Amino acid sequence: MKFPVHTSPYGNLPNEVTRLMGQVLLALVPGIVALVYYFGWGVIINICIATVTALAAEAGVLHLRKRPVLPTLMDLSAVVTAVLLAIALPPLIPWWMTILGVLFAIVMVKHLYGGLGYNPFNPAMAAYVLLLVSFPLSMTRWLPPEMLNQHPLDFLQTLTVIFGGGLPDSLTWDAITSATPLDEMRTQLEMNKTITEISQSPIWGDFGARGWEWIGNWFLIGGLFLLWRKVITWQIPVSMILGLLLTAGVFWLFDPESMPFPAFHLFSGGMILGAFFIATDPVTASTTPKGRLIYGFLIGMTVFIIRAWGGYPDAVAFAVLLMNMAAPTIDYYTQPKVFGAREDEHG
Amino acid sequence: MITTNPGRWDFHGGIHRPDMKTMSAGKFLGKVPLPDILTLPLQQHIGAMAEPTVSVGDQVYKGQTIARVTEYIGAPIHAPTSGTIIAIEEKPVPHPSGLSAPCILLQADGNDEWGELPEPLPYFDDLDPSLLRERIRWAGIVGLGGAAFPTSVKVNHGPDRPIQTLVVNGAECEPYITCDDLLMRNQADRIVEGIKILLYVVDAEECLIGIEDNKPEAITAMRQAVAESGLENVQVVQVPTRYPMGGEKQLIRVLTGKEVPSHGIPSEVGVICVNVATTAAVTDAIMAARPLLSRLVTVTGAGAGEPGNLEVAFGTPMSRVIEHAGGYSDKAYKLILGGPMMGFTLGNDDLPITKGTNCLLIASREEAPDPDKALPCIRCGKCVDACPAQLLPQQLYWYARSKDFDKTQEYNLFDCIECGCCSWVCPSHIPLVQYYRFAKTETWAMEKEKQQAEEARRRHEAKVERLERLDRERKARLRQKKDALEKKTAAGGADPKKAAVDAAMKRVAAKKARQAQEKNNTEERP
Repeated sequence: MKFPVHTSPYGNLPNEVTRLMGQVLLALVPGIVALVYYFGWGVIINICIATVTALAAEAGVLHLRKRPVLPTLMDLSAVVTAVLLAIALPPLIPWWMTILGVLFAIVMVKHLYGGLGYNPFNPAMAAYVLLLVSFPLSMTRWLPPEMLNQHPLDFLQTLTVIFGGGLPDSLTWDAITSATPLDEMRTQLEMNKTITEISQSPIWGDFGARGWEWIGNWFLIGGLFLLWRKVITWQIPVSMILGLLLTAGVFWLFDPESMPFPAFHLFSGGMILGAFFIATDPVTASTTPKGRLIYGFLIGMTVFIIRAWGGYPDAVAFAVLLMNMAAPTIDYYTQPKVFGAREDEHG
Repeated sequence: MITTNPGRWDFHGGIHRPDMKTMSAGKFLGKVPLPDILTLPLQQHIGAMAEPTVSVGDQVYKGQTIARVTEYIGAPIHAPTSGTIIAIEEKPVPHPSGLSAPCILLQADGNDEWGELPEPLPYFDDLDPSLLRERIRWAGIVGLGGAAFPTSVKVNHGPDRPIQTLVVNGAECEPYITCDDLLMRNQADRIVEGIKILLYVVDAEECLIGIEDNKPEAITAMRQAVAESGLENVQVVQVPTRYPMGGEKQLIRVLTGKEVPSHGIPSEVGVICVNVATTAAVTDAIMAARPLLSRLVTVTGAGAGEPGNLEVAFGTPMSRVIEHAGGYSDKAYKLILGGPMMGFTLGNDDLPITKGTNCLLIASREEAPDPDKALPCIRCGKCVDACPAQLLPQQLYWYARSKDFDKTQEYNLFDCIECGCCSWVCPSHIPLVQYYRFAKTETWAMEKEKQQAEEARRRHEAKVERLERLDRERKARLRQKKDALEKKTAAGGADPKKAAVDAAMKRVAAKKARQAQEKNNTEERP
């Protein structure tokens, strides 16, 4: 009797890239639902535009590179990149900016470096930074959250705005958009107001801004799901949050009137999303257990530094990209001690 | 110093997968009847190949040594039954790449007649341990857990490495395999007797028997046998079921808390580790003077007609063994030698059972599906979490793939025990262990090449030096001649010293000429 031959191990391997990426997408659902609830249909429309563009771009590049198209599309990594970028963008951003960002992420940041597994930078964050630097106005036109929004747009109106059909009659951009809380905090501080004065405004809730603070919680639920499913490990989220809280806490202790309470940082902007979904992108993060702690902590610290003294209100994207560059070096110096390592050898 | 509370330690990583042991556990299907022709590979162990001591046509008897050891690390081969040697030639052997290797072919005569055996040594504790080691060596005992390292070498740890703990490995952590389980359930006394002998041979203070908690019957049987033996320094320790618990370094760590040094062996930390079946073989060699002729083999998997364990003489074809385990079911798709984690597939079943064959896993398509195409590594680090050697498998893969073998060594390639945990958890389904085996083989080849190059360089340098020396000597002679000529032409001896030298030279030349003349004369003489 003849038998086929291949190498061990034999059996149904428990993990698959598609399943890992699928679980990441699933874990994003609560946060996305919350975003839609507070900021309207634009979020969904952006996700759709981004996903379609990402799949088309990935297929196109794979075809040019003469690689199998369908199996690679099936790994869902392009979809994850698209969704992460889309939910970081303002809900009413023009459609072509989304497309431009996604094309940049997939073609330049991912495939020019060799495709999945080879890109040194997080594609979604690189694209976000590209758009932020190129189109600062559109990128900072956020909507007020649902409870503060006096002119909510319906689905068709949103669609019209995104696809360049202009605003509905009698509305102006100033009337329907507002700065993000981080932006607001920054502007007010620059006007030499104290934290006590600033927090009188109705836009602030319990920890951060109203509405915004809850979105962080919904993403946190997804993040905990990923931890439970062992899609991500605890080191990066925990150390990143600690890095931010500790640094922010030290400065707040010294100067509570011009430095926001640390929890404000945690529940504002993309911090929770970044800690559980973006900094944990395995391809671009540190991979040794000790390295992940250092990597996360440095991102958290950098986020605070940029928020406090940098030129941009939010900083997760910049901090992640900066640490992407440091990841190989961090890995090199944090190799674990091998089993039975002798004292005189380096681990 | 006796280990307190053994089994309280842990090892990093490892995996859980269904153990699939129930289908064959506790089932003994009897002894496989001897085949007509036994094929006995000369290399059934780690170390030097055995050297035949018989010739084609010789009549041999059961238990007779038919191939002897040639180097320190080696094991002899014995005739599993009586009969005639019909050939000594290359035959296919169980090997991942389907290699052929030298084998002795023995035609059984059906009498199964024992040859002359040495005396049993029932009062072994009156004897010198070296005598017992000699007997273990004579019996051809190797590690029966699958690695087949010569036991006589293992128990010869040397006087500068005192042994505290004898670890007996009954973990049997590979899924599907149950031959050690069966042995522990049914022949616990034989194992314990062997432990008594080995404790004496290696002069250990204690013995810890590690058994995974998915084998409660074996644990009970072993505990009972230990209690009946009255040995107070022997303890059965229940360890958690987690692959690769039965890895030597992992089991030692869990039982004693000691880490075998990287690139080292257990005796460096005062431990020797043997498999339960090896221990039983030691009993046979000492108490009954029987060499190692057969072993228990598990035949299992959805493709096996009647999964169970069989007693098989070495050299028996696998096809015959499988036949006695109910043959193939219609689900049979792959034949795996060993377990699903570290075993390897065989192209056909026309191969002999050897000392290291613990399991024939006849897997169905569902149990051992064909591998998917590997995706790129996404550096998720699941392999880092699973690696019991605490390596960075993804970095090793990266460098093995780019053939940067210096870097793979820097990342401790040779600490890899090839357990397969990294490949198992890899979401990209990269056959990681395969890359490490490749890197190891390439590194060995490179070292060998380097040695050969070094040798060639030395030879070349010696040659160049010799040629230079000859050249120097030739030049020196020429110069001498030239000087002599110049002196001659320089005419007359302005310098009295020179004149004296010239005169002497002339005398020497004359003498030489005379001698030459004489020589010529003698030669011319008929």
